[in-house]
Amino acid sequence: MSFGVDGLCVDVAGVSALSDVDLDVTGGSIVSVVGGDGAGKSTLLRCLVGRIAPTAGAVRRPASHEIGYMPATSGTWRQLTVAENVDFVAQAFRLSAVERSRRSADLLDRAALAEASDRLAGDLSGGMRHKLGFVMAVLHEPDLLVLDEPSTGVDPVSRVELWRLITEAAAAGTAVAMTTTYLDEAERASSITVLDGGRVIAAGSSDALLSTFPGSITAPERATDPRRAWRRGRSIREWHPDGASKDGQRPLETADLSFEDTVVARMLDQERLASTESRP
Amino acid sequence: MSGRSPGALLDADRATRRFGDVVAVDDVSLRVRSGEIVGLLGANGAGKTTLIRMLLGLLAPSDGDVAMFGTTPSRATRQRLGYVSQGLGLYGDMTVAENVEFNAHAFGIRPDQISLSDDLTSLSGRLVGSIGLGRQRQLAFACALGHRPELLVLDEPTSGVDPLARARLWESIRSEVERDAGVLVTTHYMEEAEQCDRLVLMAAGRVAATGSVGDIVAGRTVVAVAAASWSEAFSALGDAGYDVMLAGRRLRVVSDDVGAVGAVLRAAGLDGRLAVVSATLEEAMVAVDTAR
Repeated sequence: MSFGVDGLCVDVAGVSALSDVDLDVTGGSIVSVVGGDGAGKSTLLRCLVGRIAPTAGAVRRPASHEIGYMPATSGTWRQLTVAENVDFVAQAFRLSAVERSRRSADLLDRAALAEASDRLAGDLSGGMRHKLGFVMAVLHEPDLLVLDEPSTGVDPVSRVELWRLITEAAAAGTAVAMTTTYLDEAERASSITVLDGGRVIAAGSSDALLSTFPGSITAPERATDPRRAWRRGRSIREWHPDGASKDGQRPLETADLSFEDTVVARMLDQERLASTESRP
Repeated sequence: MSGRSPGALLDADRATRRFGDVVAVDDVSLRVRSGEIVGLLGANGAGKTTLIRMLLGLLAPSDGDVAMFGTTPSRATRQRLGYVSQGLGLYGDMTVAENVEFNAHAFGIRPDQISLSDDLTSLSGRLVGSIGLGRQRQLAFACALGHRPELLVLDEPTSGVDPLARARLWESIRSEVERDAGVLVTTHYMEEAEQCDRLVLMAAGRVAATGSVGDIVAGRTVVAVAAASWSEAFSALGDAGYDVMLAGRRLRVVSDDVGAVGAVLRAAGLDGRLAVVSATLEEAMVAVDTAR
């Protein structure tokens, strides 16, 4: 089972939201899409599940009843109880009564929501509501599970529980695509796609992305160019586009870099390229 | 009054807050001094919001003592504070320039004392609701910093912004610290927590751990598993009751008993390389939370 998009372009009201994006999502693995607000993450997922039509490019997806989609708003109905939310989705996907009670009891139990089944979704904490949204997306055992920022605003303990549920789905063979704004979380996936301004600026495993970024990164006492410097706690990191630092500092080894450092380097590179292009 | 620490910008001394029978904050002491960034972490319901409301003077403690700049939080102390809430506190149906003027007026400074990036300046006539979350966050920061506050309180300061914008926001937080401001940050995210000089972890209303990232992680280990099939190893370890986290195609098992983890894999007929490695901050938090 392999799903995804090839050469995807999406224009929204005449403005390009996504440009030439490729994404592969295979059964039994998790693909993460990472980027800030406005990078195009949600648009990509909405195209993948068929909620918006691409301007150009191809989308590979299973039949709609084989897709589970959790929107960034969690997709729960606040005025319904936890049990009613789950029942409603079970009916929409025409699960048999036996299957419905088996799946919902099992999933609510594993999401630690069983005791909350009579509470209104609107009264749940953010973490619980996101877990409920996940349960509703995965209830009908879809081949493709698409999760839009499942952990945004979710506390660390609930986030670990949510990741366990996501991993269980992938371990059972489901193809999972998810978005996040946080790189430490993106790194858990087997493959990561970094979006910036609607374009893919990096894609691959976290090991591959850590070892192949443009230029070099140093840890100077004082930055030679503040526009290319950032912090890791109290220490400074600086990116050098041509690989060598002007003050002769040695570049950091892969083991001393975080994934976030290398993505910042890539984004600075994009910024540099954009400014050279626009120069007369 | 005892316990007030001289020189602390924010000082909670055995602060407790009860709502009826519920103890939301239970005997919490926390200090923020000039020139340091303190991170406040905890699960939902851990009591962070109640503690912050007490520290800001919006809620009185039932027991214990809370001070800002060595005195009871008031309107006067708030003039020396920069606060960026999760909701950012901007007016979406006003322009960038109007928001700047409003904030300048509120703090008794001139609008040009709120320094905006070139990017934000070029958008000064736009409605704040239309400039995107990343820029709204930069604007909220600029507005909170214009009156050169001695203390900054930031609620999930970089949630939703891209990594480069996040790096730049942290750069501006650090430069405030270098001119001796003190900062209190609440966050759910480990990347933000790791930018702090000192962390306070709350669980069930109490302080569960405190110190640098290194102090909190110190001595805690997990078992890293590289198995031929991560999914089979994940299922076998999950069935055996372990907390297992995915890391690419490898697994991390919250356990200090590498022999027992190996035994579970062998019993399931699975092969894998095992290594004892340092826990991450997130794994340490899970261990602290489940141990209580």
